Amino acid sequence: MPSLSTAPDDLVLRLSGVALGYGDVSILRDISLDVRRGQVVALMGSSGSGKTTLLRAATGQIKAQAGCVTLFDQDLSKASGPALQTLRQKMGVLFQQGALFTDLNVFENVAFPLREHAKLSPSELLMRVLDTLEAVGLRAAAHLRVSEISGGMARRVALARAVILEPELVLYDEPFAGLDPISLGITARLIRKLSDRLGCASVVITHDITESFAIADHVYLVGQGVIKAHGTPKTLGISTDPYVQQFLKGQPDGPVPFDYPSTPKFEAWLVNQEAKR
Amino acid sequence: MSTEKTDWWVGLFVLLGGVALAFLALRAANLSSFSFSPSYTLSAKFDNIGGLKVRAPVKSAGVVVGRVSSISLDTKTYQAVVRIDMEKGFLFPLDSSAKILTSGLLGEQYIGLEAGGDEKNLPDNGMIQYTQSAIVLESLISQFLFNTAEKQGSKTTPPGASDKPQN
Amino acid sequence: MSVNTSLASIGRVIRIRVSGLGTFTRFFWLLLQRSGIVFSRPRLVSQQIHFIGNYSLLIIAVSGLFVGFVLGLQGYYTLNRYGSEEALGLLVALSLTRELGPVVTALLFAGRAGTSLTAEIGLMKAGEQLAAMEVMAVDPVRRVLAPRFWGGVIAMPILAAVFSMVGILGGWVVGVLMIGIDTGAFWSQMQSGVDVWKDIMNGVIKSLVFGVAVTLIALYEGWQCRPTPEGVARATTRTVVAGSLAVLGLDFLLTALMFSN
Repeated sequence: MPSLSTAPDDLVLRLSGVALGYGDVSILRDISLDVRRGQVVALMGSSGSGKTTLLRAATGQIKAQAGCVTLFDQDLSKASGPALQTLRQKMGVLFQQGALFTDLNVFENVAFPLREHAKLSPSELLMRVLDTLEAVGLRAAAHLRVSEISGGMARRVALARAVILEPELVLYDEPFAGLDPISLGITARLIRKLSDRLGCASVVITHDITESFAIADHVYLVGQGVIKAHGTPKTLGISTDPYVQQFLKGQPDGPVPFDYPSTPKFEAWLVNQEAKR
Repeated sequence: MSTEKTDWWVGLFVLLGGVALAFLALRAANLSSFSFSPSYTLSAKFDNIGGLKVRAPVKSAGVVVGRVSSISLDTKTYQAVVRIDMEKGFLFPLDSSAKILTSGLLGEQYIGLEAGGDEKNLPDNGMIQYTQSAIVLESLISQFLFNTAEKQGSKTTPPGASDKPQN
Repeated sequence: MSVNTSLASIGRVIRIRVSGLGTFTRFFWLLLQRSGIVFSRPRLVSQQIHFIGNYSLLIIAVSGLFVGFVLGLQGYYTLNRYGSEEALGLLVALSLTRELGPVVTALLFAGRAGTSLTAEIGLMKAGEQLAAMEVMAVDPVRRVLAPRFWGGVIAMPILAAVFSMVGILGGWVVGVLMIGIDTGAFWSQMQSGVDVWKDIMNGVIKSLVFGVAVTLIALYEGWQCRPTPEGVARATTRTVVAGSLAVLGLDFLLTALMFSN
C-alpha cells in the first residue's frame, strides 16, 4: 500500500478541545487525543461515559459542538458529501454487535465493501475475501448464514469486513464485550496482528483492562465527561489518581459513586407512592 | 436464492403482468376491434347528433364497418360535422344515407349506414349527402302532444258533427 | 387552564403533523434523487421486485379470484331484477378494472409488502446495519431504499392487472359455468362496454399512483422508526393505517379526475 506523505509524525486522527453531545446536552468536554499510524490506542471508561459518542465523532456521524476533529489531515466539520465518503473509505469500523447484514451470508458480508468500492473480477474477489477470512480464521465458514454463526464468530466476520479494504484507521467499538476467554484472546491478538500487518492505526473502545493493556500502545481513560488520564499502560498502572485507581482495581465505590444520586423527580415519585398506601 | 434464479422468477412475474394487461385490453375491452386495420375517412353533417360519442360504431345491416373519429360544429351552417374512420374493405355508393340510431330502447347511439344505388362509391374524404339526425326525446314528446291536440281539435270544430254526450 | 392546555396541545399536534409532512416530502425527494441506481445496478431492483411482487402474487391472485366470484354472484342477483343479467360481464369487468383491481390490490399490498418493508428497514436500523453501511461510505438511501421503492412501484401495476384478470375469470366461472348466463353475451357486452383508454389505462395509472404512495409510506416509516421492538411494531401499524387511508383518499381524487364528465 503506498504510504501517504502526511505530517512527519504520521498523525491519523486528532481531536483538540472537542465537546460532544446530542441536542443541547453535552456529554463530553475538552477532549484532546492523538492517534498515529501503527499505534493501537485504547479508549477506556465506565459504561455511559460517552465512548461510543467519541467513535461517532471520529467517523463523522455527529459533528463536534466545540473544538476540532481532524481525520487524515482534514477538518471533519468542513467535510461533507463526496469528501466525507472518500475519507470513510480509508477507515474501517467494527460495531458493537457486529452489525452484519443479516440477509447475506458470511462471504457476501465480507465482500460487500469490495463490491461497492472496488472493481474486481469474480475470481479476484473470491481470492481476496477468502484470504481476509483466513486471517481471522474463518475461511471454511464462508458459506454459512449470519444466523448460523456464534457471537464470537460474528465479531470476527465483522472484523474481516472492516479491514478488507486495507484501511489506514480501524475503530473497534467494544470488541471484547461478551466474549469467552478463548475468543477474547483471539480477538486481541487479531487486532494487534492486523495493525502491524496493515500498518494502520487502531482505536479500541473498551472497558476490558487485561486484554487492552496487553495490546495497546497508548491508553486514554474517559470519565465524568472529560479525559481523566492518559499514558502508556505502564504509566497508568502506577498512577495515583483516585479515578484511575477505582477503574483499574474495579472498586465499587470511589470517584464514580455506587449510589445513584437523588433527584427532585425521585422525591416527588416517592411521596406519590407512599401516599397511595 | 442465486441471482440467476431470481432474474428468472422476476422475468416470469413481469411476463405474467404483461399477459394480464394484454388479456384485459384484448378480451375485456374493445382494443381488438380493428383500431389498427387500414381505414379511410368519410364525413357527414347532422342537424342534431343527440348522444353520439366519439368511438361509437358505424353499422350497416348491423355489421360494424367503422368508428366515429371526431365530432365538431360547422360554425357557418351550425350543423354537426361527424368524421368517420371506415374500414378499407367496405365501400359505399355515393348516395348512401347515414342515420343516428339507438341500440336497444335506451342504449348507446350509433350511426346506421344504408347503401344507396349509385354505381360510383364514396371516395376517401367524401361527404355523405343524405343524413337523418338523432331522435331527441323532448321533440318526440312535443310532436306527440301537438298531434294529439290537433286530433282533439279536429274532433270538436266541424259544426253539426258534435256528439251527444254519452252517459 | 385546561382549555389553554388543550389548545396548546392541538397547536402542537398540528405543528408536528405539518413538519412531519415536510420531512416526508423531503424523504420522497431524496429517494428520487438517489434513484440512478436503477440504471447502474438493475439487479438490486430486480431482486426487490422478486421479494415484493412474486411473494405477493399468491394472495393477490386468490383474493382476485374470490372477489370475482362474489361480484359474479351479487351482480347476477341485482341485474336479474331488471332482466339485464347478460350485462354481468360488463359489470364485473368495469368494477374490477376501474376500482376494485387497483384499490383492493393496493390495500393488500400495504398489508403484506408494506409491513415487511417497514419491518425490514426498521430492524436494519435497530441492528446498526444502516449505520455500518454509512460508515463504509455506502449511501443506505441509494443502496437499500431506492431499489425497494422502484421494486414496489413496478410490482404494483402488475399485481393489479393480475387481480383484475383473475377476477374477471372468476366472475365468468360463477356467471357462465355455475349460473348459466350465455358465455357469448358475457364477453361481447364486456368488450363493447369496456374502453381500453378510459377504463383499463386509468386503472393502470391508479395502481401506479397507489404503488408510489404505499411503498413510500412503508419505507418512510421504517426509516423514521425508533430502533426498538416497540418502535418497529408501531411503525408497521402506521404503515398499514396510513397506507390504506392514502390509497382510499387518492382513489377518490383520481376517480373524480378521471371519470367525471
